[in-house]
Amino acid sequence: MGLSIALTVNGAPHRVELEDPRVTLLDLLRERLHLTGTKKGCDRGQCGACTVLLDGRRTNACLALVAAHDGADVLTIEGLASGGELHPVQAAFIAHDALQCGFCTPGQIMSAVGLIAEGHAGNDPERVREGMSGNLCRCGAYAGITEAVLDAQGRLARGSEAA
Amino acid sequence: MSDIALTSAPAHLRHGSSIGQPLTRRDGPLKVTGEARYAADNHPPGMLFAVLAVSTVARGRVLGFDLAAAKGHPGVVEVMTPVNRPPLAGDPDGKESPFAFRMDVLQNDRVRYPQQPVAVVIAETLEAATEGAALLAPRYEAEPARVGLDGAEPFAPKVVGAGNPASARHGDVESGLRAASHRLEATYETPAQYHNAMEPHAIVAAWDGDTLSIDTPSQGMALTQARIAGLFGIPPAGITIRSPFLGGGFGSKGLLNGPQVLGILAARLVGRPVKLVLRREQMYGPVGHRAPTRQTIRMGTDAGGAFTAIANQARTATSTFDDFIEPAADVAHALYATPALLTGHDAVRLDTGTPMFMRAPGEAPGSIALESAVDEMAEACGMDPLAFRLKNYAEVEPSSGRPFSSKALRECYAQGAERFGWSRRPLAPRRMRDEAGLLVGWGMGTAIFPALMFAGHARAVLKADGTGVVETGAHDMGQGAWTALAQIAADGLGLPLDRIEFRSGHSALPDAGLAGGSAHTATAGVAIDRAGADAIAKLAGLATRDRRSPLFGAGNAGVVARDGRLHRRDDEARSEGYADILARAGLGEIEGRGTGAADPAAQAAFAMHAHGAVFAEVKVDPEFGQVRCTRLVGAFAAGRVVNPRMVRSQYKGGMVWGVSFALHEQAVTDGRTGRVMNANLAEYHVPVNADVPSLEAILVHEHDPHVNPLGIKGVGEIAITGTAGAVANAVWHATGVRCRHFPIGLEQLIGV
Repeated sequence: MGLSIALTVNGAPHRVELEDPRVTLLDLLRERLHLTGTKKGCDRGQCGACTVLLDGRRTNACLALVAAHDGADVLTIEGLASGGELHPVQAAFIAHDALQCGFCTPGQIMSAVGLIAEGHAGNDPERVREGMSGNLCRCGAYAGITEAVLDAQGRLARGSEAA
Repeated sequence: MSDIALTSAPAHLRHGSSIGQPLTRRDGPLKVTGEARYAADNHPPGMLFAVLAVSTVARGRVLGFDLAAAKGHPGVVEVMTPVNRPPLAGDPDGKESPFAFRMDVLQNDRVRYPQQPVAVVIAETLEAATEGAALLAPRYEAEPARVGLDGAEPFAPKVVGAGNPASARHGDVESGLRAASHRLEATYETPAQYHNAMEPHAIVAAWDGDTLSIDTPSQGMALTQARIAGLFGIPPAGITIRSPFLGGGFGSKGLLNGPQVLGILAARLVGRPVKLVLRREQMYGPVGHRAPTRQTIRMGTDAGGAFTAIANQARTATSTFDDFIEPAADVAHALYATPALLTGHDAVRLDTGTPMFMRAPGEAPGSIALESAVDEMAEACGMDPLAFRLKNYAEVEPSSGRPFSSKALRECYAQGAERFGWSRRPLAPRRMRDEAGLLVGWGMGTAIFPALMFAGHARAVLKADGTGVVETGAHDMGQGAWTALAQIAADGLGLPLDRIEFRSGHSALPDAGLAGGSAHTATAGVAIDRAGADAIAKLAGLATRDRRSPLFGAGNAGVVARDGRLHRRDDEARSEGYADILARAGLGEIEGRGTGAADPAAQAAFAMHAHGAVFAEVKVDPEFGQVRCTRLVGAFAAGRVVNPRMVRSQYKGGMVWGVSFALHEQAVTDGRTGRVMNANLAEYHVPVNADVPSLEAILVHEHDPHVNPLGIKGVGEIAITGTAGAVANAVWHATGVRCRHFPIGLEQLIGV
């Protein structure tokens, strides 16, 4: 059984010929498109390491079947920086030491980008913590993650005001 | 930028004195862009996917598989079982060294724990391999599982932890207890815990004849290489291990484990590269865990609150086929002054995978029990818990009488208490509520972890262009080795950080020693520092013996290396650049070698530990019993701080583990089947961001002239200790209820 799926990944169009309907978006990214920045921590939507933006929404890529997302737009960690310049969330993660081993970091960053875009958290640390609680970090870098999200959100807000 | 060499330098850099600077992570840009390559991110040409089939019973025998169904599934290339598994030269059940643990690599049909690998399916796609493993449907002859700390007859282990005596005695505990004015006897239980690094164990293995190339996360590449060599009967030099980044280790990636060997065997069997990644639930068997403990603590004090005796008898568990004994009672050896001390361990054999080192092995469960008991004792004496701890402050190590190499614990207590506001704490419990009516409690604990070192080696090269290369096969599992060790390397060669290349994370480099025991920065750091000093000494020899050098006649001891130049110590205006010295000598480069290891004389003379004090606030819902740790302040003294930004992160991460120990994590075993019932990240609770609202780590200054030439102690594990007990004690202070079973859940507090 062959499936022909159109996806836009990090701005680039992809035509994916799938011989297997079981392929998840996560495994497609990692094993077929070789975009390995998105990580697999649990493969059942419990850890958030595979968070990508799917049509702009935070999504656990391990729970998304490619076959169900024909025509979708996918943004992964590899597509966040532009022209060699880090996205403000990426820069803030480094500045606030919001990572240790780095394995959950792509998911944390994509989740933070999604959270900021959703606009619900404002500058309330408690709401940021809640909004980031779908992304586990076993190293315990949470304090830095919260600081980084608040910092980046402030920068992005000021940037959009200036524009 | 290659995956084994980081050459970029961050902007805020003080040339010539990298150690002590709060540099950002040098691997940060790779990690925030998805460019950092972890083991499972590799995909060599022709690679196949391997998926484990694991046992669903705890004990018994595999009778057979539905091989036809698995092999018939489209895309499945091969199924590896004990029948067709390639032979091994070494015995996977052998015990060549204390660090060789028995592993399950399809050597027979026995099942000795749940989630034990029983077959491997190899396929063209991950989907096909996964389906093939499910189709195997093993049939078992199952035997009853032995479960729980009362599930088998206890035995007396010969050693605990990494070879410590199973029992220790100092003074007479029984007479100390008889003479006591206040006495406590209490039993504390801690659960089985699983490391649950975010990165599942993974290996990509490729054979070329009898040489082997693997990508796998490792906290100990040299030991891993040696064990693989023994098992496969090939020379260690024929095995290349790349481990530039670990997605967390916490002890579970220290030593070679069965699934790694199965990945290598699968590649052997099919003659193609193979990737094998554990599924999350498969991490609850063959890759280690922290065993449960039951600790019975007896304590006595005199009328003034000074200890007359401390005793801890700990029960724990190991597997039926190998020994790792969680050394839970031993944390009492160095913490509080007492004229009499007694610790002991026994264990039962259960149908589980063999327990393993897990972040602060022994210290973590030992600390929560001891610190809880100390809090109970302070209450019995009517004393403030901090005043009680100061009353029993150990001026020398109580178990040995040795002085401490350094101990700034008083300063930790003082700075932590000041920052937290401890002096405003009411002595009695249930005296504080917040605006929402939640019960508020404050508790504290003392943190301690030994300052250990393994043996490690490094190589430093000064090149003709005046730059340097420093190499050591270190392991970065998130602690910041890429950054901290490079800082040491730069200072060791007297070069700014942007003029050295630091190579690490590869087995072809000098063995940096195991990344465990919070010893890696000290071990590899001293090796790097010595290698740099060796290279500089050779360079100085060239210059001071050369009449054409402005340094002629200065003597080896008479120069200072700074910023790529050697200066006469007595006249710093006279100097010469490294490149000029090498050019005149006609040398392309000059090499130094260094070793880091503990000094046995210093170890005999001094007790060496890092210390800390942790203060915790919790809020408890009086109706529902729900607990939240709302504030934590930790103050730690661990010798010289190489990078305060990274050290602070290590402390905060450890404190999160302490909260997790007290309130969140436990593996729950089904008493009928012996299986872990919550082998996933939704039901095995680890803290999420919202669980740790406020964390503060204070770095307390401490100079240690004895522990090693750099004065470095470890920071990776200490913060779990102290924190876990502080949270438990805060729960008592909020509620008046002493919880002695961890983690503390609402079932223990509902309706308080």
